[in-house]
Amino acid sequence: MKVPHMTTSKISVSEAGASDVKPLLEIRDLAISFATSGGEVQAVRNAHLTIMPGETVAIVGESGSGKSTTALAAIGLLPANGRVSGGQILLDGEDIAGAPEKRMIELRGNTIGMVPQDPMSNLNPVWKIGYQVRETLRANGRPDGPDDVARVLAEAGLPDAHRRAKQYPHEFSGGMRQRALIAIGLSCQPRLLIADEPTSALDVTVQRQILDHLDKMTTELGTSVLLITHDLGLAAERADKVVVMYRGNVVEAGPSLDLLRNPRHPYTQRLVASAPSLASRRIQVAKELGVESEDLLAPSEASPGAAFTGTTAQHRAQQGKDKPEEVLRVENLSKVFKLRSGIGRSADFTAVDSVSFGVKRGTTTAIVGESGSGKSTVAQMVLNLLPPTSGRIVFDGVDTATLNSREIFAFRRRVQPIFQDPYGSLDPMYNIFRTIEEPLRTHKVGNRASREKKVRELLDQVALPQSTMQRYPNELSGGQRQRVAVARALALDPEVIICDEAVSALDVLVQAQVLNLLADLQANLGLTYLFITHDLAVVRQIADHVCVMEKGRLVETGATDDVFDAPQQEYTKALLNAIPGASLMLPPEVATA
Amino acid sequence: MTSNYQADHYVAPIDETPLLATDSVRTDQAPLSLWAEAWRKLRRRPLFIVSVLLIVLLVVIALFPGLFTQVAPNDNCDLQFSDGPPTAGHPFGYTFQGCDVFSRVIHGTQASLSVGVLSVFFVLVIGVTLGALAGFFGGWLDAVIARLGDIFFALPLVLGALVITQLPFFKDNKSVWTVVMVIVLLAWPQMARITRGAVMEVRNADFVTAARSLGVSRMGSLLRHVLPNALAPIIVLATMELGVFIVAEATLSFLGIGLPGSVMSWGNDIAAAQPSLRTNPAVLLYPATALSITVLSFIMLGDALRDALDPKSRQR
Repeated sequence: MKVPHMTTSKISVSEAGASDVKPLLEIRDLAISFATSGGEVQAVRNAHLTIMPGETVAIVGESGSGKSTTALAAIGLLPANGRVSGGQILLDGEDIAGAPEKRMIELRGNTIGMVPQDPMSNLNPVWKIGYQVRETLRANGRPDGPDDVARVLAEAGLPDAHRRAKQYPHEFSGGMRQRALIAIGLSCQPRLLIADEPTSALDVTVQRQILDHLDKMTTELGTSVLLITHDLGLAAERADKVVVMYRGNVVEAGPSLDLLRNPRHPYTQRLVASAPSLASRRIQVAKELGVESEDLLAPSEASPGAAFTGTTAQHRAQQGKDKPEEVLRVENLSKVFKLRSGIGRSADFTAVDSVSFGVKRGTTTAIVGESGSGKSTVAQMVLNLLPPTSGRIVFDGVDTATLNSREIFAFRRRVQPIFQDPYGSLDPMYNIFRTIEEPLRTHKVGNRASREKKVRELLDQVALPQSTMQRYPNELSGGQRQRVAVARALALDPEVIICDEAVSALDVLVQAQVLNLLADLQANLGLTYLFITHDLAVVRQIADHVCVMEKGRLVETGATDDVFDAPQQEYTKALLNAIPGASLMLPPEVATA
Repeated sequence: MTSNYQADHYVAPIDETPLLATDSVRTDQAPLSLWAEAWRKLRRRPLFIVSVLLIVLLVVIALFPGLFTQVAPNDNCDLQFSDGPPTAGHPFGYTFQGCDVFSRVIHGTQASLSVGVLSVFFVLVIGVTLGALAGFFGGWLDAVIARLGDIFFALPLVLGALVITQLPFFKDNKSVWTVVMVIVLLAWPQMARITRGAVMEVRNADFVTAARSLGVSRMGSLLRHVLPNALAPIIVLATMELGVFIVAEATLSFLGIGLPGSVMSWGNDIAAAQPSLRTNPAVLLYPATALSITVLSFIMLGDALRDALDPKSRQR
């Protein structure tokens, strides 16, 4: 491989003495600050990491931990209000932290490539894919004929590359767009590739394919990879070294398996304990065994249910004896959407195809599937927000299609939803008190004083301080909003709660916190959950039963442990294999400790 | 890994980054609603301060013209002062008819502002109602309202006003109210369109679905959730249209199809000053300046409001 900058590299004495391999990228004591209206804000402090040639290093951290900022600094693409306020970024010994823009333009593409996060917004929709690849090739002085473009795309795993190069981004699926972005990132054979959450927007099976291919390509080319991810399992599986960032600092770094098996910093310990892809047991079950993964979580905001968990097993057993019946039964449920395909014509699209399952009182049933599997459509129909095309939904012995408007109003009291997007599901104009009070007011429960008392109780139940009442959703984090949504769903003492991807948008630790909260509430209140998710790892933590959906059809159902231990269908096996970190086989004491 | 380089297991000192409770609520700030947030942004903007001061001044002038001039605008017109220069107590001079210009400008404020405010009020009532219904329910209702709006939208203001004011009813009853009716009739579709767009954007939000699954009725969710969240563009447009409607009134009055000559208004005065433009341009200048400042202050206010209420500039 051609190495144009060899002549400029300096060899420091200590490294030359230790071995003949010099680091490709070395970040030393990096500090990055942003100029905001409130003054200078330090985003990154004391960051250091080393990438050897051919090595994959992952930065792991929650949102706002500074992981992307560090990577952007390495390629000189910090936002206009950000600047490197200290430290060095050494590329082959050359400090590029304060390098002029001209030098950075030389380096970008050729020496440092980048695969951005969101495949939906990072391709220009008005240019053909081929043009966008050619642009990169030309900018770096490489041959840019149609054959070169096709070769680059084919290397990234796009079949039929000549034809694909003539298509526009909207004709590509998410996975194909990500492949195109990887093709662009690697087109000039850079020595370092920065991949910023390259697959977090994709389904797990697609994610696996893409990462496998990325691995293969970078191994062949000898490219070093700086992988940025929030998923510890994924980082450990794909990277040689893992760097954990927390609040702008590097808190722990080391070889990935060592770090995972033997986390030393309390933050890493927290992360390892709550990473869903590494956990092996249902939260509830773990609790009954006296293992509280929560001990590692927020000490001050521990879940209120913790005190009651001693009675959990008893409580649940009692529930099981008293009401063994199915509270919800879905029979041959189908939904056909009419898609417009020209004037006066329409094509039928079967989103849900003859789905049947039952949910027992006091248990959690998860519906798992990738995007487009029809799982959310099922949820909408069970919530009576969308009429089914055919089939029946029986709630507590009554077909919901036969309900009149008064009965639907009563039904709404007993079945409550929690939605995916914590930023969209709370009215920004309502303060938290009005938000949680709304169901009570709508159903004319109690007077103002008793409603306020109930809201205070609910906030206690979801472990939010009562002073939150006067605040507005825009002042809360995603996890806090989701807890408010849980409180609102609980206000009417419902029997069934339908969680539509309720934790998908949250950081790992916050996700674990909300899942624990849901498990506690189930134990204390005997709730029944229907949990819609794409994340099998979450399913294992929360569900008793699981229904796997593919393209509108139910392909496999069963008890969670059975499905995870002995999947019957190829599709289920593929899904399970695709969970990042699943192959690492951590000893259980690490996974739950 | 094939290289003989062995990475160390590095752990940062724990006291360097102490662990915080996962996802704790910030309790050190006062609660901040979106309106309070917009207000905090607004109150420091010079554009907002200047325009609000001007508007307050205009409102005071319109309500209490007696505070600013003791000269009755029409009674003491004396032809001996025709087109006369400023004198003590008459700072702007005299009109062709020998009336006090300053007094007329002060007293004309009332007509201009009341036409603007009344027009905006009725445009809001009609435009927001129809736009919200069309945007929220869609279907045939949307189609009917949208086409109806397009019919009025296609009529230029002056042409439309010329036609409408020739109808016998309007011809015989010229007053502030007929001008307001003409403006409202031609201007509501703009408001309806903006409302419709804003409502359509909000109606599919998760919190509306959440409210519906709590058992809130469709009308209830429109009134309590959708409309309050669609208010920002409506407020901005209403503020700017207030300025635009004041100009419209002046235009119509200037053309002689607006307010009757007996009502004092800047538009009428500008029309009346036309013959003496060459001999005494000041007579035209004063009402025209008053009109410009009024319109400008409302448009500036609208601009400042748009910046403050822009959802893109909000913190999450």
